[in-house]
Amino acid sequence: MNPTANPVAADIAFEAEPASSTEVTITGPTKPTDPTDPTEPMRPAWLAVTSEPRRPDPAYAPAPAAAAGPLPTRPALSQIEARHVSAWFGAHKVLERVSLTMPPGHVTALIGPSGCGKSTFLRILNRMHELVPSAALAGEVLLDGADIYSSARKVQDARRHIGMVFQKPNPFPAMSIYNNVIAGLKLTGAKTSRDAKDEIVRRSLVSAGLWKEVKDRLREPGGGLSGGQQQRLCIARSLAVTPRVLLMDEPCSALDPTSTRVIEATMEQLRREVTIVIVTHNMQQAQRVSQQCAFFLATQGKPGVIVEYGDTDAMFAEPQDSRTFDYVNGRFG
Amino acid sequence: MTPRTVDSIPTTGLSPVDADGSVPADGERRHRRAVLPGRFTRTHVVGDDGLIETPGGPDVPRTVSRLHREDVLRLVGAMVAAVATTAVLFTQVLPLNGALAFALVAYVLFLGFYTVLISFDADRVTIMDRTAGVVIHSAAGVLLAALIVVIVFTVARGAVAFRHSNFWVEDLSFAGPLDPLTMGGMAHAALGTLIMIAFALAISIPLGVLCAVFLAEFPSPFARIVRTVVEAMTALPSIVCGLFIYATYVLIFGFDKSAFAASLAITIMILPIIVRSADVVLRLVPATLKEAALATGASHWRTVWHVVLPTARSGLMTAVILGTARGIGETSPVLLTAGYTTFVNLNPFSGPMVSLPFATFTLVKSPEPTQIARGFGAAAVLMVLVFVLFALARLLGGTGGGVLSSGAWARAKAASARDAARFRRKRRLARAAALNRGAQVSRREQRP
Amino acid sequence: MTESHGLASVASADTPRPVSPGRSRGDQAFRIGAHGGGVTVLAIMTLVGLFLAIRGAEAIDTAGGSFLTTQDWEPNSGRFGIAAVLFGTLAIAAIAICVALPLALGTATYISEYAPEAIRRALIGIVDLMAAIPSVVYGLWGMFWLEGSILPVAQWISTYFGWIPIFAVPDFDPTDPLATPTVFTASAFLAGLVVAMMVAPIAASIMREVFAQAPEGEREGALALGASRWGMIRSVVYPFGVGGIVGGTMLGLGRALGETIAVYLVISPVFVIQPHILHSGTNSISSLIALKYGEASAFELSALMAAGLVLFAITMLVNFGAGIIIQRSRSGSAS
Repeated sequence: MNPTANPVAADIAFEAEPASSTEVTITGPTKPTDPTDPTEPMRPAWLAVTSEPRRPDPAYAPAPAAAAGPLPTRPALSQIEARHVSAWFGAHKVLERVSLTMPPGHVTALIGPSGCGKSTFLRILNRMHELVPSAALAGEVLLDGADIYSSARKVQDARRHIGMVFQKPNPFPAMSIYNNVIAGLKLTGAKTSRDAKDEIVRRSLVSAGLWKEVKDRLREPGGGLSGGQQQRLCIARSLAVTPRVLLMDEPCSALDPTSTRVIEATMEQLRREVTIVIVTHNMQQAQRVSQQCAFFLATQGKPGVIVEYGDTDAMFAEPQDSRTFDYVNGRFG
Repeated sequence: MTPRTVDSIPTTGLSPVDADGSVPADGERRHRRAVLPGRFTRTHVVGDDGLIETPGGPDVPRTVSRLHREDVLRLVGAMVAAVATTAVLFTQVLPLNGALAFALVAYVLFLGFYTVLISFDADRVTIMDRTAGVVIHSAAGVLLAALIVVIVFTVARGAVAFRHSNFWVEDLSFAGPLDPLTMGGMAHAALGTLIMIAFALAISIPLGVLCAVFLAEFPSPFARIVRTVVEAMTALPSIVCGLFIYATYVLIFGFDKSAFAASLAITIMILPIIVRSADVVLRLVPATLKEAALATGASHWRTVWHVVLPTARSGLMTAVILGTARGIGETSPVLLTAGYTTFVNLNPFSGPMVSLPFATFTLVKSPEPTQIARGFGAAAVLMVLVFVLFALARLLGGTGGGVLSSGAWARAKAASARDAARFRRKRRLARAAALNRGAQVSRREQRP
Repeated sequence: MTESHGLASVASADTPRPVSPGRSRGDQAFRIGAHGGGVTVLAIMTLVGLFLAIRGAEAIDTAGGSFLTTQDWEPNSGRFGIAAVLFGTLAIAAIAICVALPLALGTATYISEYAPEAIRRALIGIVDLMAAIPSVVYGLWGMFWLEGSILPVAQWISTYFGWIPIFAVPDFDPTDPLATPTVFTASAFLAGLVVAMMVAPIAASIMREVFAQAPEGEREGALALGASRWGMIRSVVYPFGVGGIVGGTMLGLGRALGETIAVYLVISPVFVIQPHILHSGTNSISSLIALKYGEASAFELSALMAAGLVLFAITMLVNFGAGIIIQRSRSGSAS
């Protein structure tokens, strides 16, 4: 789907963040050493991943370039892929061998009725699932071909590369806006100079579409912002550690329509920098923001599975499965 | 959807009976109705069509106070009647005297009169409401008044002693019971209190917070056992803490009674208090915050250090301060373990040392008025110390995370302004550098 | 185009895979440190409890069943028991709670429901502050102020309510104009009042905190139904805060049972069961310890520890009871 084909999103993007394009042009020249890799300044050396090459596994390469639309595919964008993922809470199985490739530069929307395991699936993608004491899982999650659950990898690394935005905005109440954004650096123990911090704060807030609104109140507590602003602050916080994938668990369900639009526009901008996976209950939202869609369903007493997945437009226009048809047309669930 | 419900909804929604029943029959509203009942023909723009008139003049807020003149009159009337009746009772009927007894009788009568007065023109629910309100107000009044009496009484009696400056800087080594209040003071006890509580806190704060973190962050059957034992130990009477240290440290290990022994007794007393309240506070930190921190790739200890502890900071502070206030004010652990002395002893490990509450306790048992005055003075100083601690707690951690005091707001605003200025400066520099570079590039291009 | 999944058909068995937590060294150290803290606190607490139990058991062994029934305290001659002091302790605590509960409940309700917004914060501060006033201050107040003021009240109660056994004062003849009111001094009633003043702010502080958490939606729901303020409090705030009421009261009771100094200062210790609470002379376990530890022999110390152990057991029961009730109540998770 062509991003500019969504007039509302483009409009909002323009209204909300007219500075974003100028920001890029201004900061671009400050790092002119490597013009071929514009994302380089976003990935400082201390965050560079040296342990594994950023090369997608050819066997699970992303869909052909046509699916990526007009966006140029950049080497820095990552692909995340789930292979035969099952999940349990205690003895209760909630996901049954789910496989899904979320290609780089795409927004992948996970849709489906409540309790079908989409959120569990999302939490498995950055190892938040195992925080629940009774939780277990099977299968693999490959980030650019490397299994994030392999025993050679630290759980913190997986989570640092795969950021997450939660349903309810949850800025750290004891921190200012500025400190909220760089919380990830502090929390991952990164030593950063003040200039680098400033740069990260500005870039992250610009990327999250919040910079203009908060640039004069950076030291005020993050809890004082409106709900939509808080959620964008949380997005900025996730972006500050330059994740390769950003997971969003119903990021707009607690927000009003205006804030939702702003966040959707932000996502449209963001997918140039990071692969996005979003869980949403809102069918229109899935249609507006995503290029790829996966429909989850759990029938009575059985674990959740993906019924159908693929291009978002096709999913909504002519779904193959009758259950998908019912769901996307609001007849069910 | 079944056909039945499809049919039934429009039928009930549009039935003329329903519409007739709900629409007032005046013509003014009827002309806005369409042929189909329940539908308006058009909407109206406020101020355009004159349907809603704006009154001239400023709009005045209406009073919605629930306090009526009658209520006040009833209260006053009942009060006057009660006082008058009590006066009659006390002077004519009952062999009674004393202000407290008078107040008690008057209050009971007042309640009765008030209820009767309301019952003249109110139903049962209102009577209950008003009477309960009066009872609650008076309970609060009595408790607060009693507490104020406690404080004012102590300070007033103590002022006799502590208004002399020597009270603050001298000890009692040369001032006997019969010496006037211009001699001797409580410096030794104040220092003793501070030394004892400092040692107790040096042990119990790190240990207590660490244990609370363990309880809150590593839930396991073992943690549950620890929690249960700690909860049980909050019930340990303070005198028993003293008795334990007296029996072990002093009698079995053979050390002298000393400030350190008293610190140990205080530690045993306040450690469970601190652990328990800190545990509660830490568990109140929303799980979503911890998740958010972990989701950025934080390690567990960094999450605790940078997110959990700062978020719970005010609660932790309260826990510690409450423990401190308890530890400073308790006499009984010190009574058994510190020994009594009249001079300044700064060595916590040998020789007796006295604390303010212990000094108060010892002095007021003396029959000499000067000693009693000194005891009250020590109690007043102790109270001031506790008040200061509380004010400190309010100042340092009184507000929850993210809730700023006005001073903190001003600082945050100032810091924000500094940051904004810095960012603007950087942007200007970047822009200048970019222009500069652009100029260089164009010059280079021009050169060949 | 989209694709439909058939049910996955992978040959390998679908079993949970082991997931290593992959802890960093910092986390490993943190884990060990935190566990160390927990173990240390547990060790200290268990040590104290065990020591008391072992030493106390010696004395209880010697005295046998009479430990609970004997009123005297002469451990060296073998005649000792806690009947009198235990009764005194319970009587003082009971009086304290009877007085403190209504006051605390009223104060907490007033602060959370009635007080004007402007003074509410100040009142909260005052009550919390009162909860921290050292007990010796309450002792002073009871000794030098309350005792004198309460005499006529005690006298009045015994004169007019003397027909209720516990208010009777046999030595006092109200018809005798020369009867001295000194029989009313240093009574369990006085000690109970002093302790009540001490524990009421503690209880009120806890109750107030729980009341404030009563959900706004339910309050407004009740008021929207036309309930009076009292009706709303009774149907929403109190049922919600019942855990806090019980918890606060029990916590106050625990403090009342264990209070030493305030009681020690106002009572005149006797070693008989004094069922007439207005009559001079009573005793409590903690003041017994404060009174006797100084010149105690090793065995006497054991006896004192046994008494302390009994007090500890009672307080613990009260605390655990409170804990269970609070946990079962709706507001429990919060407090």
